[in-house]
Amino acid sequence: MTQVKMTVNGKAASGDVEGRTLLASFLRESLGLTGTHIGCDTSQCGACLVHVNGEAIKACTMLAVEAEGADVKTIESMANADGSLNVIQQAFQDHHGLQCGFCTPGMIMSASALLKDNPKPTEAEVRHYLDGNICRCTGYHNIVKAIMAASGQDVSALAAE
Amino acid sequence: MPKDGGIGASSKRREDVRFLTGEGNYTDDINLRGQAYVFFLRSDIAHGTLNSVDTSAAESMPGVVKIFTGADFTEVGSIPCGWQVTDRHGEVMQEPRHPVLAFGKVRHVGEPIAAVVAETLGQARDAAEAINVDISELPAVIDMKQAVKEGAPKVHDDLTSNLCYDWGFVEENKAAVDKAFEDAHHVTTLELVNNRLVANPMEPRVAVGDYSRGTGDHTLYTTSQNPHVIRLLMGAFVLGIPEHKLRVVAPDVGGGFGTKIFHYQEEAFCTFAAKACNRPVKWTSSRSEAFMSDAHGRDHVTKIQMALDADNNFTALRTDTYANMGAYLSTFAPSVPTWLHGTLMAGNYKTPLIYVNVKAVFTNTVPVDAYRGAGRPEATYQLERLVDKCAHELGVDPIALRRQNFITEFPYATPVAVEYDTGDYVATMDKLEEIADISGFEARRKESEAKGKLRGFGVNCYIEACGIAPSNLVGQLGARAGLYESATVRVNATGGLVVMTGSHSHGQGHETAFPQVIAEMIGIDESMIEIVHGDTANTPMGMGTYGSRSLAVGGSAMVRATEKIIAKAKKIASHLLEASEGDIELKDGAFSVAGTDKSVAWGDVTLAAYVPHNYPLEDIEPGLEETAFYDPSNFTYPSGAYACEVELDPETGHVTIERFAAADDFGNIVNPMIVSGQVHGGIAQGIGQALMENCSYDSEGQLLSASYMDYAMPRASDLPFYTVDHSCQTPCTHNPLGVKGCGEAGAIGSPPAVVNAVLDAMRSGGKSVDHIDMPVTPQRVWAAMNG
Repeated sequence: MTQVKMTVNGKAASGDVEGRTLLASFLRESLGLTGTHIGCDTSQCGACLVHVNGEAIKACTMLAVEAEGADVKTIESMANADGSLNVIQQAFQDHHGLQCGFCTPGMIMSASALLKDNPKPTEAEVRHYLDGNICRCTGYHNIVKAIMAASGQDVSALAAE
Repeated sequence: MPKDGGIGASSKRREDVRFLTGEGNYTDDINLRGQAYVFFLRSDIAHGTLNSVDTSAAESMPGVVKIFTGADFTEVGSIPCGWQVTDRHGEVMQEPRHPVLAFGKVRHVGEPIAAVVAETLGQARDAAEAINVDISELPAVIDMKQAVKEGAPKVHDDLTSNLCYDWGFVEENKAAVDKAFEDAHHVTTLELVNNRLVANPMEPRVAVGDYSRGTGDHTLYTTSQNPHVIRLLMGAFVLGIPEHKLRVVAPDVGGGFGTKIFHYQEEAFCTFAAKACNRPVKWTSSRSEAFMSDAHGRDHVTKIQMALDADNNFTALRTDTYANMGAYLSTFAPSVPTWLHGTLMAGNYKTPLIYVNVKAVFTNTVPVDAYRGAGRPEATYQLERLVDKCAHELGVDPIALRRQNFITEFPYATPVAVEYDTGDYVATMDKLEEIADISGFEARRKESEAKGKLRGFGVNCYIEACGIAPSNLVGQLGARAGLYESATVRVNATGGLVVMTGSHSHGQGHETAFPQVIAEMIGIDESMIEIVHGDTANTPMGMGTYGSRSLAVGGSAMVRATEKIIAKAKKIASHLLEASEGDIELKDGAFSVAGTDKSVAWGDVTLAAYVPHNYPLEDIEPGLEETAFYDPSNFTYPSGAYACEVELDPETGHVTIERFAAADDFGNIVNPMIVSGQVHGGIAQGIGQALMENCSYDSEGQLLSASYMDYAMPRASDLPFYTVDHSCQTPCTHNPLGVKGCGEAGAIGSPPAVVNAVLDAMRSGGKSVDHIDMPVTPQRVWAAMNG
């Protein structure tokens, strides 16, 4: 067992982990941050996507010990300070960008990283960026709409209902 | 104007808030004090004699609590099958024993052989590697037609063959159908494969078993679409636990699509092991395990024929299908290729004579069961591909041929034993032609051609049977369960309501849509109504969610219970208002006396029910809580017409979906936003089946597509925006809401449109082929173009 220390959602966090423990498992099991989900074992689905030092990282691609000293943000930190939904989360609710909710934390974290780098993405750019996030419920239609709406674009004409 | 609330409003989903903030409570988020972890050692051999399982070295490994093998489960029941099909000769199907852990033989890759319970998952996995399994490999049977040949290796030695059943429907029609083919002016024949799929809800299955020695109570937390069904099947048939000592909880569930209907070995194991180990036992499926243990879907091989007269009227249809059951019978597997498939073969057409033959076959593969649509996509695909082929052989327009043969009068009794109550197939086709902008297609085709691409257009229609199902009817057809639904409506003293429903939401938005119905009925705000589901301890016995049944059956139960509430509340109001009960009207959350300005608010009546100081105690009991069970009198029959436009790169065979339009008739609609979302998701799964997804075995039974590296899940960049419309509404005539169900339509109605469009694109490039099997991969398209 090795002790790891990092900052998670603005607070100091530490725990004893095996060398093989993934960051995703550390967040869920040691820290109880179960909003980060695990949907596959080949780093394909993106349900475990978090931000590590400001970068979008699938938490199943990183060992917990590799995150020593890192600044980690998870879905639990994304709402506004008063607990209300942030702009991206609100757009997902407004545009029905989620159904079962399992891929949703990864989608929100991914969308947040996208909009930081590309504040007004095109439809094609959104779809391309989401290549590493699989959703089985929505057919992506409303996720793409929600992300474009969160970026301040008018989506009413984009997709007929 | 869109409504602000109630039936017909696109109310935002209340469940979203917890899902968007990481506050959901999925089964894997449940961790019980002192829990141990289980790892299943699974067979990597498709078929073999299990000579021995030596756990001696593993038992002394660090952290091991207990190791189980098949020998520990010889005294418990078989994983049960919930449906018994009777074949065309009057014999019941062959039904093998399905052990919790393999015993004597292994029959598919992924079958659990041993289970290690340890302090940590890592320790359990390490110890499993030290188990020594001795298997004598036997020849595997994978191909269905080979499996039913004389002398083929048998999956189950105690059965007479690998044929589960040979079903004929309607057997009495067979001679007349054959005669119609002899007399036909034209016969179109098509052979096709409905590719095997894996449902792949994004949340893998999880089971957490718990047991209290103090009370003798068992609890199972599980990723299920129907916790009461699991409680009944596992308690009564596998482990022998009475229902009052067994609680099954399915909390937030991350998608189901059918695959979480069924009772699985891992659920029984964790429940059993929690008592045996006297501590909670948790199993979380990896995605690789999910591919080799979740029930698969589809996997039909079919030959279908249409007979037509000289005027292009359909005169008869016959179809022969081999349906893969896999190695064991999953919970509803026998019903899928029969009663959910054969009964739909009329489709939208007035074909007077139909005969369906289905041979269900055991193979050394993962069990196959219902996946989104379940039998109805298989029926729709073969019929709608066949109708397109008819049109091309006859040189007529595929839409015109469909229109000519549409059923136009309702109710309509099909020759395959069901009666469509309502529908308007002309209206949905008209709507489709409008929203798909067919008139602009040729211009778009020219644009594609200018880029060196081929463009194709394909349509199809569909009909489905939802609102599953009338219990007395399905009982005659072999169901071993009733298929009613339940609801208890509990009104609180201050006027808020809690609805405890047997329906289960795993993405469908029940927590939002169900309150819309009650809000409309009473005239109160949706926020005053809460939905409780997913826990057998606090919901009435219900059959859960599948077959697009939640609103049509569960919603109807809720309406019936609410009607009882309103009837009692009117009695209380009549007392408070000193008026005749017959004069009391409920509107906008207040009871009034007709023709007067006397009224009393909803909250005053509910308070009186619980603080019955001024109350007709001599006539009615205090309190305001009612339960209803609703058993539908018929299926519901959603229908529609879909269109797909593809672009095909003749250099590479790559196909892209450029436009997709869906015109559906779901009857009345409660929440249009949610309905559109359901259709989007269904279309994406249908396009996935048509273009990408394929669950593939090699000839020795090795699963070749057991991860997301190998099984092609549709991504955002594979799919377009969809145009969906559900303004054509012919309300269901036999349930109180007039609703039909919308969950499966997209997956049923989209694959044939895609394939029809691809073939149209190929024709426009001068290459006419009769058929191309799904998934229509670049490799297959290129080979067909250059073959």
